[in-house]
Parts: sequence; structure tokens; C-alpha cells
Amino acid sequence: MADLVISDTMKQWEGSLMELKGLVSERAFTGETMLLNMGPHHPSTHGVLRLLLELDGEEIVNCLPDIGFLHTGIEKNIESKSYEKAVTLTDRMDYLSPMSNNMVFCMAIEKLVDLDVPPRAQAIRVICLELSRIASHLVWLGTQAMDLGAMSVFLYCFREREKILDMFEMLSGQRMMGSYFRPGGVWRDLRPEFLPALEAFLEDFPRRVDDYEALLTNNPIWVDRTQGVGIIDPDQALAWGLSGAALRGSGVNWDIRKAMPYSGYDQYEFDVPLGEHGDVFDRFMCRVQEMRQSHRIIRQAVDKLPDGPFRSENRKYVPPPRSELGTSMEAVIHHFKLWTEGFSAPDEEVYVAIESPRGEIGCYLHGTGGNKPRRVHFKTPSFMHIQAIPVLAKDHMIADLIAIIGSVDIVLGDCDR
Amino acid sequence: MGVTPKLGNLGVVTSTLEEAINWARTGATWPLLFGLACCAIEYMSTQASNYDLSRFGMELNRASPRQADLMIVAGRVTRKMAPVVRQLYDQMSDPKWVISMGDCASCGGVYNNYAVVQGVDEIIPVDVYVAGCPPRPEQLMHGILTLHEKIRGERIADWAS
Repeated sequence: MADLVISDTMKQWEGSLMELKGLVSERAFTGETMLLNMGPHHPSTHGVLRLLLELDGEEIVNCLPDIGFLHTGIEKNIESKSYEKAVTLTDRMDYLSPMSNNMVFCMAIEKLVDLDVPPRAQAIRVICLELSRIASHLVWLGTQAMDLGAMSVFLYCFREREKILDMFEMLSGQRMMGSYFRPGGVWRDLRPEFLPALEAFLEDFPRRVDDYEALLTNNPIWVDRTQGVGIIDPDQALAWGLSGAALRGSGVNWDIRKAMPYSGYDQYEFDVPLGEHGDVFDRFMCRVQEMRQSHRIIRQAVDKLPDGPFRSENRKYVPPPRSELGTSMEAVIHHFKLWTEGFSAPDEEVYVAIESPRGEIGCYLHGTGGNKPRRVHFKTPSFMHIQAIPVLAKDHMIADLIAIIGSVDIVLGDCDR
Repeated sequence: MGVTPKLGNLGVVTSTLEEAINWARTGATWPLLFGLACCAIEYMSTQASNYDLSRFGMELNRASPRQADLMIVAGRVTRKMAPVVRQLYDQMSDPKWVISMGDCASCGGVYNNYAVVQGVDEIIPVDVYVAGCPPRPEQLMHGILTLHEKIRGERIADWAS
């Protein structure tokens, strides 16, 4: 292990230019255009993405994304874990909104074994999902603004994000990777200190979004760098599999929360912000408006938060609370069985999709009849968005590429898994 | 600080060369602008307003490894990424230090599989390990202060060798 074959891998990098035949234009072989490596260590690629650029002066002729620098084998690892344990691994895919990954995986399990989720758990899930949508959009806004030269937006965005992370810590004991969602509901009920903190945040937040907008929306530098850059029309956007704000920026009204409501999203009133031109600026506006809509959803969810259990009472799938263990033999048996072996799921396949902050994240789950899945596959938005970057970046300047990468909001952990 | 004022002789301080240099180095350890995965987000939080790394003279992230003193390996190092990390480390000029941030960089974390290098210390020497998945900003700052202690203990005799 110690002598990892670095030198051999390095040699592969030096490979011949002819390997690129068919991928770059013929002009690259005569030296008329220049090949430039951008990444995997590059501050503006939002992770470890490598783009091989063919440049004519400063203009991008071709762009070849190279992914896999963060391939972690999460899907394969899940095959050797029981269902509840695997939730922990899903946190670490799209690390800007771990709750969405938890959600889609738990929903797949719930669909596979036909497990109920009580109304209170659904409402808590909605609150957490929308909070993580805001948290994720704040990181996106901060980094995109920083890439285009506006440093202070980053500092403001992270100030609000810290408040959300503090609330997640109250719920799950961890700032980011809480694994708070479990099959059948959530890990534990809301802590008493959570709702006051959330109230304070809700009170404060609309004013903060106004602040971000005051810094950027009418800022001439920002408008120059984003309007008319990276345009994609609705048909192309659908053809390349874009989803989320990247798709809605082109004016396609597709939000899974509206189209295929889950977790009680049909009970809440909210609008789906749409763009017109499909450029970087419209995608920016869509996400900023989405933060306001998320705020609206959380407000409604808190106001009509139902009482009742926070997790399913089905003891074949959900371990009993600690208090029951001293009084019920059956509870001890369930506790032992669920924490040693886990529950079994039928040999069937399911697919569920939800709207993550980035777009449609889907989970394909195939049971074996035993306590571990046969195959898990995640359909992740970042993967789709990266394949569209060459289309968006074509004939743009290299500086515009930075704006484009930021605007499709990619997370490499989400793409490579 | 390692600098002691000499009594009765205003405006003059005495110290050893070692202490003066080490003091200067701890006050301006420029990190490499380099993130891999989830820990990089916590690293960004540490940089941002609430935790404010500029208190330790570290607000200046250098995107070029030539200008950086400290590499914070924030996240899981995969087999495909390992040569890149090694190359970045080789490009940094001496003196240089490495903090391995988080469980994945320190020992592979939860990923004991085909894709992840089981600890970045298999490819580069590490000075300080920070545990956590991901570590809180406070934990990272503790790691940085631990590194400062290490830097303060360095000897000129060792640099020469």
C-alpha cells in the first residue's frame, strides 16, 4: 500500500496527443489552437473537476470534462450495509445538502418495504429539506459571487448558513452530516430549543436576502458578467437532462415538489420561480427567489406542525424507544433484531426522485429479500449538469466559463459519488 | 511570543534567531486554496465570518502551490486524485506543512473500499491529523494551533539537514 504507484500514473498523464483524436478539433494537432488543462486543482471548479479546454485565443472551441476525481464507491459500499446503516453514507454524496440525500434514500426504502411516515415526521422533513435548500443556495451564491470577484457576498452568505448549521446541530448533534432522516421518519423529535432558533431565523432571513440582492442584482459588474452568458434554450436544456434551477432558468416549469409531490409538499403554497432567457443571470435569479419560497414553505410548515409520533410505529422496521425496553420483552427482541441484523426488504426494485437544491436526485434501489440491497444507484443532478457545461461554454471566453460552472451549481461529490 | 524586552534599554528586544523566525512563520502560514470534499465546506466555514481564520494570519489562500506554506487536505483522497495531491505537495516550496483534515484524509474514514486512499499519509508526510467527519471549525482551529506549537519547536539545525 505504502508505495502507491504514483510514478506510473504520472506517466499516463504525459500520454500522446493522438488519444484526443475526435474529441478536439483537427486544428489542435497543428498547434493552431491551444489545449489547456483546467483543474482538478482549480479554485473555481467547485470541487475536483478537470476540464480540458481547446482554446482559440481566449475563446473556447471545445471543452472536455473529466470526472471521477472524487469517486468514492458509495453505491458499492451501500451493498454491504443494512438499510438503516447505509443512510450515513448517503449524507456524504451531495455534501451541500445531506438531508436531500437522506430523504431520497429513505423514501426509496419506505417505498420498497411499504413503510408509513407519520404526518409530524413529514412536516419536520419538509422544514429540514427547505432549510438545507437555503443552506445549499447560500454556499452556491457565496462561491459564485466570489468566483466573479465579489468577496463580501461570501462572508454574508456564510453568516446565515452558520445559523442553519447550528439548527441542524440541535436536531441531529452534527453540523453537516447529521443522518437525521431515517426510514419511517426522523431520528428524534424536535429539540425544545429548535423552534425558537428557527423563529429567529425566519424573522431575520427575508431582510438578508434583500441584502444579497442589493449587492448583486443591479450591480453593473455582476450584470455584465452574467447576462447573456451561457444561454441554453428550453429544448436543449431538457435534451441534456438539466433539472432544478438550471432547467427553470430556461423557463421550463418543472419542479418535482409540484409535479410529483412527496412528504406533503402539496399542502403548502409556494411558487416556482422561472427564468426567461436561460442565461447565468436567470439561473441566479431563480435560486435567489427559491430561497424566498423556501422561507415561505418553512413558515407554513411551522405554523401547522402536527402533533404525534416523529417516526413510524411499525416495530418490524423501526426500533422501539429506549423507555420500552425495560417493560416489554417484545421490544427487546425487536431492538436486538433491528440493531444486529436489520430489516429485510423484498426482491423488488423501486425508483423515487425528489427535488434537491441542485435538481432531480433519484434513487434506484433493488432489494434481495435479505437485509442488504442488491444494487443502489443514485441519479444525481450534478452529473447531468457537468455534461451540459461543454454546450453552455461553447464559443465563450474562458472567464465566462467560471460564471457558467458556478451557475449550474455542481457538487463533485454528488457527481462522482 | 518568544520575544523578551531587555529591561532598562528602551526599544531593544532580544531573542534567538530560531524563535524570531518561528514566531514569524506561525503568524503567516498561508494555506493552499485546495479542497476535495465535504471537509472543504467546513474549511470554508472556518474561513468565513463566524470563525475568521485571519486571526491566525491565514486569511490569504494561495491558489498556486508555489506561494503556499500549508496544505490542508480537506476531504477524501481517491486513487485518481492521489497523484495530483502528491504533485501539488511537491510543488510547494520549503518550509511546508500538511494538516490532514477529517477522517477520510487521516485514515480513509468510512470508505474502506477500492476507490479511496486509506489516509493521505500514504502519499505525503502529515504534521497534524484532525479527527471528525467533518471536523467542526473549532476542531480545525485546534489542529492549526497544534501545528503552531510544532512550528515553534523547530530548530535551525534541523533545517540544515
